[in-house]
Amino acid sequence: MMTAGDGSHCHKRDWMRKGIDKRTLSAAFTTSLPIMVTFVVLGIGYGLLLEKHGFGPLWALASGIIIFSGTVQFVSVGFLSGGPVLMAGITALMVAARHFFFSISMIGRYRNEGKRKWYLYYALCDETYAMLSRDDIPEDIDLSMYRLLVTLFDQSAWVIGSVLGGVLGGMLTFNSQGIDFAMTALFTTVYVQQWIDSKCHIPAVLGVAATLGCRLVFGRDYFLIPAMVIIIVVLTIMRSRIEPQFGEAADVHQAGGDEAAVMPDGDVRIEAAATIQGLQTYEYEPAAVKDVPDDKTATSPSRRGGGGDE
Amino acid sequence: MSDHRMAIAVILVMGIATFATRIVPVLLFGRGSKVPDYVMYLGKVVPYTAMGLLIVYCLKDVQIMAAPHALPEIVAMAVVVLSYLWKRNSILSVVIGTVLYMLMVQNM
Repeated sequence: MMTAGDGSHCHKRDWMRKGIDKRTLSAAFTTSLPIMVTFVVLGIGYGLLLEKHGFGPLWALASGIIIFSGTVQFVSVGFLSGGPVLMAGITALMVAARHFFFSISMIGRYRNEGKRKWYLYYALCDETYAMLSRDDIPEDIDLSMYRLLVTLFDQSAWVIGSVLGGVLGGMLTFNSQGIDFAMTALFTTVYVQQWIDSKCHIPAVLGVAATLGCRLVFGRDYFLIPAMVIIIVVLTIMRSRIEPQFGEAADVHQAGGDEAAVMPDGDVRIEAAATIQGLQTYEYEPAAVKDVPDDKTATSPSRRGGGGDE
Repeated sequence: MSDHRMAIAVILVMGIATFATRIVPVLLFGRGSKVPDYVMYLGKVVPYTAMGLLIVYCLKDVQIMAAPHALPEIVAMAVVVLSYLWKRNSILSVVIGTVLYMLMVQNM
């Protein structure tokens, strides 16, 4: 299955000569479709929110290209007009920390992607990762092109959705007071899903408690950084207690309902799956990737469209 | 709209930070060197704390002592959590919770 993508440079020239073959295009489109639908819907929500804060569709476009991370972009809305820039950067680092695993686990797979890999890594969001780290990738396709297309389709859907939301927001006049709650609600659903997925709730409780405490002590403008410091310190001190419970997230994962909708990077089920895959893939040689047991695919978001619990 | 330079700076800095989380691991470990256990551990658990931090961050301006005493927030949050536990569909929960919240704050 990995053969198609392994030719790097010579392969790239091949592609320039032959163009995109239909089979690859349709495989990539089929893979991306459920993600694209979700991204357009959530993108509209983001674009709308942004517009109601005074930043129209062009801002949504710029943000979707420069940041391209749903969670980070939603959080960025609050920083846009007031900063402070340093805080915004640190918050982004913290929120996006999980990408670390996505990238680590793709090193083997993307090894021969040549210059293309810069785009693949830059746009590696939760959903794209979940799709491209699967082991049931269609055969007889141009794997490298498939990866590029899936990544591109996913990002495009998000950007198109958010621009659409910005345009809609400009056309619709309604009382938007309270619309910010969408962000709170979104994070809350992710939080609940994380809670369901993990055996150890210390990190989840710590995140709320440390931040709430710091908000009360340091006031509304200065609480984030102390909260982050406390979180890291406590996680470090309690490592021996917490870590064993996060080692085998796989079984936790299979149990969870899979239909939660997500945004680029908002989905934590996938992120925990990424953890496992990150560890495993990193230890294995790329050639051995296909031997990884099937159970990880159970965590893919492909079934998220379904309504019922399993 | 106040100062757009601030917005541009924020987007750039957050973009760089986000990109860093995606590319630094490749630059550091792409050649096969071992990832330190501590780094792996933090990367694993920090995201679980970050969501709680974000929720509190979103609610940082809520005044518990003043007029509605955070009632709209409490009610809307409860609806989001319960509807999510019921249907496990985050778009649904977000829409219901947000509409409810907007109705509450606009009519109080």
